[in-house]
Amino acid sequence: MTQTLTMVRAINAGLRCALESDPKTMLMGEDIGRLGGVFRVTDGLQKDFGEQRVIDTPLAESSILGAAIGLAMRGYRPVVEIQFDGFVYVAFDQIVSQLAKMHARSAGQVKMPVTVRLPFGGGIGAVEHHSESPEAYFAHTAGLRVVTPSNPVDAFHLVQQAVASDDPVIFLEPKRRYWDKAEVDTAAAPALPMGAARVVRSGTDVTLVSYGPMVRTCLEAAAAAEGDGTSIEVVDLRSLSPLDTDTVTASVRRTGRCVVAHESTVFLGLAAEIASAVAEECFFELESPVLRVGGFHTPYPPSRLERHYLPDLDRVLDAVDRSLAY
Amino acid sequence: MAIPAHTPDDTFVQLLTPEGERVENADFPLDIPDDELRSLYRDLVLVRRIDAEATALQRQGELGLWAQLLGQEAAQVGAGRALISGDMAFPTYREHGVAWCRDVDPLRLLGLFRGTTNGGWNPADHGFALYAIVTGDQCPQAVGYAMGLQHDAAENAAMVFFGDGASSQGDVNESFIWASVFNAPVVFFCQNNQWAISEPLERQTRIPLFQRAWGFGFPGVRVDGNDVLACLAVSRQMMQRARDGAGPALIEAFTYRMGAHTTSDDPTRYRLDTDVEAWRLRDPLERVRSFLHKQQLVDDGFFAELDNEAELLAQRLRDGVRALPDPSTEEMFAHAYAEPHALVERQRDEYAQYLADFVAEDA
Repeated sequence: MTQTLTMVRAINAGLRCALESDPKTMLMGEDIGRLGGVFRVTDGLQKDFGEQRVIDTPLAESSILGAAIGLAMRGYRPVVEIQFDGFVYVAFDQIVSQLAKMHARSAGQVKMPVTVRLPFGGGIGAVEHHSESPEAYFAHTAGLRVVTPSNPVDAFHLVQQAVASDDPVIFLEPKRRYWDKAEVDTAAAPALPMGAARVVRSGTDVTLVSYGPMVRTCLEAAAAAEGDGTSIEVVDLRSLSPLDTDTVTASVRRTGRCVVAHESTVFLGLAAEIASAVAEECFFELESPVLRVGGFHTPYPPSRLERHYLPDLDRVLDAVDRSLAY
Repeated sequence: MAIPAHTPDDTFVQLLTPEGERVENADFPLDIPDDELRSLYRDLVLVRRIDAEATALQRQGELGLWAQLLGQEAAQVGAGRALISGDMAFPTYREHGVAWCRDVDPLRLLGLFRGTTNGGWNPADHGFALYAIVTGDQCPQAVGYAMGLQHDAAENAAMVFFGDGASSQGDVNESFIWASVFNAPVVFFCQNNQWAISEPLERQTRIPLFQRAWGFGFPGVRVDGNDVLACLAVSRQMMQRARDGAGPALIEAFTYRMGAHTTSDDPTRYRLDTDVEAWRLRDPLERVRSFLHKQQLVDDGFFAELDNEAELLAQRLRDGVRALPDPSTEEMFAHAYAEPHALVERQRDEYAQYLADFVAEDA
């Protein structure tokens, strides 16, 4: 059944499917019940699935994760919402020291099918701690999977794949794309497995790699560049751990050039890992060094400055031009 | 505003005095068969022997580290024996006595401290979760597990262990709140052994730890942590209360860490021998031994037989730990994820090839 859905509604529909298909699925978080979450992602789910399965928790993120770990040990499949990116750090210990390591610690006997939903990224004019991009911390941690949708269709499928995974998954929701709309066929099977990247626009001159909120910016940049006679191929990573480098390197072998764009600070960010993989795998096919576009090495600025911090179409095209001019 | 009056240290539930005299407590009656008394004493002796053997094995270089439980045998055996099938214990890294009560082979614990594994037992098989080394992390996990028990309408409860040091952790205090507001079937068992490595209790709290419970909305009880009968009686009652749906409780087992924090620690740098000597008079084993004697519940053969059993156990551990194989490099990669992960698989294969190349060169 095809519906026009925002990303918020698409994730909501995906969570609904997850709750319907497995009675062990539980949702926990702050304000996710009666309010439906501050972004309304869980709207109506407590009404339909009850307070026992959609649980408003105390304001204690570390324990949201700790309790999810305990529930997973008991055979449940918890999906937790951390209200904002900047609030996840108080739960960092439970995520890194416990959630990520429990399966290995138990020699494979304890599964941790926990999904951590985390609205992330900037661009909504928010106050401090509400616009961060912490993905590299999690992708750097063995034992976690990290995924992020860039559009409502992927959001619908990816959230269900995350919940179904027997590994812990950090599910990053690009909050400034929450209200983007698309036609979503909620009866269709997912087109790709959770760990796969996708070429979202074909091109021949340069490969532009991105994920989450920046994919739309990159697609707009590609459309603009077409008018100038530049053909950009855009790759949406979708999964940050594992990283589907094969899709990226296959593209770069065709184009010979690569630019990576993300909101997060470029220093030790995902783009560095992509650049390394491309250099290693495509050394002789490269016409120019891999270039990175991203946030500066500063705390996320007050929102009146965020348009300078967040890479926009022009900064992406500037990097593309530099790559082509090399 | 006045702070409540100081609670003397010996304000606690006690059923067996350090001299081995049985005393009654109206709130926590305990009717215990002779067989069970003997069996509790057996556990105390064997657990102490495991601890002594592990300490020796560390000194001999067979273990990288050992966290001693000396002095805390009664607290751990009393609590451990209060658990029933289907209950889940959440330990720290010192709960060797509880592990014993939950039928976890001590060799598994030795493997952890030897470095052949980071755990490796299945909590579901024993009702005993994996050791938690980051202090306090296990507490919210226990509450989550208890919420699962509640959701399943299981007639069981969780018991989570932590110490006076961890009582300062945010996670422990958060878990009190969660347990309280969800009325989760979980009992918090705090072994107050007076020391967090070198930091005395006074650096963690201004009031007796058990009194904190009321602030969170559930009862707290202080028990003589060197009295196995009191620990058993209080734990049984609080666990049954939790299983019956009456919610969480905090038990503070007032005890003393007679050994070092771990084999890497040197307590002579921060505490007086005289303090340790004073606590030696409250030894958890001696009082039970004395009681068994005085009540003529055992003959001399019992103690000799038990000593023999302890020696055999120690021998098994000595032989067993030396025979523990180092894990294969494959195991490092095998359980990083439950489902296939391309990067881990590639690194595993590349490293195997790298090692194989050495073998080929040596051939």
